[in-house]
Amino acid sequence: MAELPLIGEGAPRIDGRLKVTGDARYAADFSVPNPAYAQLVTSTIARGRIVSLDASEAGKVPGVLKVYTHENAPKIEGVPFFGKGGQAYQGFRPLQGVEIKHEGQIIALVVAETLEAAREAAFRVKATYEPQTPAATFGDGGTETEVAAEISKQHTDPKTGDADAALKDAAHVVEAEYETATNHHNAMELYSTTAHWTGDHLTIYEPSQWVYGLRAGVAGELGIPQDKVRVLSPFTGGAFGSKGTVTARSALTAAAARALNRPVKLLVTRAQGYTTASYRAETKHRIRLGADGDGTFVGFVHEGFELTSRPDTFLVSGTESTVRMYGFKNVRTKVSAVRADRNTPGFMRSPAEVPYMFALESAVDELAWKIGMDPIELRLKNDTKTDPITGKPFTTRQVRACFERAKELFGWDRRVAKVGAMRADGELVGYGAALACYPTQLAPAAVRLTLEGKGRARVQIAAHDIGTGTYTVLAQAAAGLLGVALDRVEVELGDTNLPAGPISGGSVATASSVSAIMKAAEAIRLRLATAATTSNDGPLAGKDKESVVLKDGRLVAEDGTGEDLTDAFKRLGVGTVEEYAEWLPDGVDEKAMRGLYNGSVKIVGGPMQDRTQFSFGAELVEVRVNPRTLSIRVPRMVGVFASGRIMNRMTAGSQVLGGMVWGVGSALHEQTEIDRRYARYVNDNIAEYLVPVNADIVHQEIEFLEEDDGEVNLAGVKGLGELGNVGTNAAVANAVYHATGFRARKIPIRIEDVLKSHLV
Amino acid sequence: MLPFAYEKPKSLDDAVKALADEGAVPIAGGTTMIDLMKLYVLQPPKLVDIGGLPGLGEIEETDDAVVFGALVRMADAAEHPLLKSDYPALSEALWLAASPQIRNMATLGGNVLQRTRCPYFRDTSYRCNRRVPGSGCDAIGGINRLHAVLGTSETCIASYPGDWAVALAAFDTEVDAVSRAGKRTIAFADLHLRPDDHPERVHALKEGEVITHVRVKKTPLGKASTYYKVRDRESYAFALASVAAALVMDGETVKDVRLGLGGVASVPWRAREAEDGLKGQELTPETARRAGETAFRDARTYDHNAFKVPLGVETVVEALMSAKTRA
Ligand SMILES: Cc1cc2nc3c(=O)[nH]c(=O)nc-3n(C[C@H](O)[C@H](O)[C@H](O)COP(=O)(O)OP(=O)(O)OC[C@H]3O[C@@H](n4cnc5c(N)ncnc54)[C@H](O)[C@@H]3O)c2cc1C
Repeated sequence: MAELPLIGEGAPRIDGRLKVTGDARYAADFSVPNPAYAQLVTSTIARGRIVSLDASEAGKVPGVLKVYTHENAPKIEGVPFFGKGGQAYQGFRPLQGVEIKHEGQIIALVVAETLEAAREAAFRVKATYEPQTPAATFGDGGTETEVAAEISKQHTDPKTGDADAALKDAAHVVEAEYETATNHHNAMELYSTTAHWTGDHLTIYEPSQWVYGLRAGVAGELGIPQDKVRVLSPFTGGAFGSKGTVTARSALTAAAARALNRPVKLLVTRAQGYTTASYRAETKHRIRLGADGDGTFVGFVHEGFELTSRPDTFLVSGTESTVRMYGFKNVRTKVSAVRADRNTPGFMRSPAEVPYMFALESAVDELAWKIGMDPIELRLKNDTKTDPITGKPFTTRQVRACFERAKELFGWDRRVAKVGAMRADGELVGYGAALACYPTQLAPAAVRLTLEGKGRARVQIAAHDIGTGTYTVLAQAAAGLLGVALDRVEVELGDTNLPAGPISGGSVATASSVSAIMKAAEAIRLRLATAATTSNDGPLAGKDKESVVLKDGRLVAEDGTGEDLTDAFKRLGVGTVEEYAEWLPDGVDEKAMRGLYNGSVKIVGGPMQDRTQFSFGAELVEVRVNPRTLSIRVPRMVGVFASGRIMNRMTAGSQVLGGMVWGVGSALHEQTEIDRRYARYVNDNIAEYLVPVNADIVHQEIEFLEEDDGEVNLAGVKGLGELGNVGTNAAVANAVYHATGFRARKIPIRIEDVLKSHLV
Repeated sequence: MLPFAYEKPKSLDDAVKALADEGAVPIAGGTTMIDLMKLYVLQPPKLVDIGGLPGLGEIEETDDAVVFGALVRMADAAEHPLLKSDYPALSEALWLAASPQIRNMATLGGNVLQRTRCPYFRDTSYRCNRRVPGSGCDAIGGINRLHAVLGTSETCIASYPGDWAVALAAFDTEVDAVSRAGKRTIAFADLHLRPDDHPERVHALKEGEVITHVRVKKTPLGKASTYYKVRDRESYAFALASVAAALVMDGETVKDVRLGLGGVASVPWRAREAEDGLKGQELTPETARRAGETAFRDARTYDHNAFKVPLGVETVVEALMSAKTRA
């Protein structure tokens, strides 16, 4: 088999031109014949009942075709919640009764001849409620706290040794509580659904990171066979986890299209996206971390509290990652769910690691100050080659190398180990560090790979490009393995007419899809090589077929002898070779492939039977704080990552660069404000929900270390889409402490928090 | 959006006539207006598009004033050489506002009259006295982090969000307006109305009245002026606190000073008492801080915005000390 380089060259995106010229078709761009347009109407209370819904004014708006309410809505058979093995974003189905379970719940669907008419009519639907007092978030009366291990059979809290006893005897102990805020994805592309029936066949256009799941979910909810549904999502304009599961709107739109006998296009407003799809819930953490006199960790306790909805238990359980970060000898963890009257949270880029690693990496920094040790030194002292919970080895773990290189690039040795001791241009300067990690996960994948004698290749897989560069990376893999030029490879994605690809979640897409492509490419090579080596004539006759590879448009043996592809194909008597391959990760049984096609997810990784697999990185940041106003800026960030084989230096670089930008947002900007009286999101727009802008990011430097990890999969690829934004929040908070002495145990860090600490 | 009539007059006279219709309102760049119409917060039956009117797109210098046509784009004014050299606060306040796209579209007249960003004002499902008089104020007791601490009332605590008007408030500024009743000039300090008992009345213009010019009286205060803005991110965010400071120094001593406050008050705010306290004093961080404290002495804070007082005080210090470097 042809070798892929450890760090692949930085090929520009093959779909870049389409995107910058507006030719890339996103879901809502697809035109369907004679469409009707739909808008949602959503509740303005978080808990209670609908007393009446008056659609009479809405019905009078010229062009309105239909207003669906709980009284006349199509019956929807809810499919199970994703967390229970189904596809649904939340277990509760709106529009099937009068009950209101969260703010912004869908209470009507308006369909009209034009988008404008639908919008106007939606505004004119008047609801009367019988409201009840909602519980909004942690600490509110009416929330219910449940211990995850007690309510879920699948949940186990990782532990080892006796952490509480060890902490009693520890020379240094940090005991602290940390909090992270509610975050919403706010992908640039809004949510939309277009449903088009032809006879009993339904086509759905919807931005998705899981087309097969969407197909299964919609089919299930409408009670029709899956093969009657096709889902198309060739480009997704940002997803970050929000477009993975199936929200209520999809089947509703399809049902409306069926009833009205014409295609329906539903557009969800920015504000409605906050409540009809998922988000990152707020979390709380109780940490106890203890060390010996010399800084050796002796005990770690991590208790996490996560907000969830009344009907669904959605938990990210990031203790599964934090406990494996250092050589903890004694560990105790516990995760609890806190129920409130909110929509169900869900996956958001590094769902578990962003909040949980903030807690751990802040606590490590606090301990370093307590001991009087350099915080990187403390981390390296507690580096480990084995997983402290399972005792199994890490496949690769270049934590030390990442930090050492990052220190060098950053100039960490200029750090003065004293709070408030560094200044530049009249501002306080602080340095902060944190460890980044992400479990290396994989999922089953199927692919069809085609090679033509003329040297053209095609990859077909229902994987997704959510902006990450999947088109390019899969083309690179095929080009490299089949020995053709990159511009000769065509890639088709995001369509349930293609072989089933993995959900674009858990950073599995590249590793899993490339593994499947390798399998298919090997089959193609073998067919051509067998024909060439077993033939009676030709330059490869009689050679060992295992030594023959596809390279530079030729079929060649190790000694360089070979023939052009056209000749090799002639020998086979065909113009095209096509191979379909199914790939299963280690430890996954055959049934998972059926499941993949039927919309059930199987993801494995992190701690495995015989090993533990993670990507790691070191992130160092500098902050500058105005000594008067205490406003915080981040002029400089360095990230060094080790994440297996890097398929494309450019697209991978973009992922971790963007990830660190996101991490700055997590540290300083992103917070969905909740009005606790009403359990309602207040800043549900991108003017007031802040994310970093260009001016917030001044200088960033990233590097990938070479890493050859043959154990994780044949390709040696580890996912990295969710690596870069882990730890950044803690690195910023740690730097703020260094600069000001203010320990931010709650993110985002707001100017008022820093001010308050300086005033007392 | 609800249906509305749209008219695009060719002359100011025609515009004034078109605006005489019941409920008709002007629209210039539209960046506030269309936004609020999409949210159903404003539901005007008729828009009169003044954006293309001739003669209102220039910045001119007279003997005693700098005169801004109401239709000058924010971006153009921000770049104007006269402002950059002689009135940097007026240029910086524009530079630090909104985004390049908005600045390219938005006009100075519209900018001055932009509406509050109070989320309870901007969402028709909440109670808001400004939007629906007498309905109540959900901001009091709600998420009021961005709200005002100066010039509020029992009925409304919304803050005036704009930047440029804060710099205008620091100078001697007047506004020329025209309506069917004729032309008149309004002192800038009288243009924006504090909420008091009638938060629904945000400015002193009569129905159908149009701003034609904004006139800033020439002053030596302009040279050593600055606009300092503190916000949650480095660009494209409204002020948590901002200060327009302008100085005339006599050695280390303050001869004359102006202070406009933004992000913290119900209207573009002039801190006159603080100015008076500084005059004749040496300008040091300590005296500047005292001025800041004077400016915020009557502040009234709510659940989430108490920080605006210490932040506002420090912003005054930053602005004054930075203006001093230009004196
Ligand atoms: C996301 C976002 C961020 C922003 N950030 C900032 C910021 O940081 N700082 C800042 O200062 N501003 C900010 N703005 C506000 C922006 O500057 C204003 O929307 C803009 O200046 C308004 O100008 P316009 O010409 O578009 O006004 P329009 O929307 O056309 O009009 C605004 C109002 O003024 C009235 N009007 C307009 N012209 C006249 C006239 N000549 N006479 C009488 N009445 C008139 C209209 O009837 C309307 O009520 C932001 C806006 C947005 C959407």
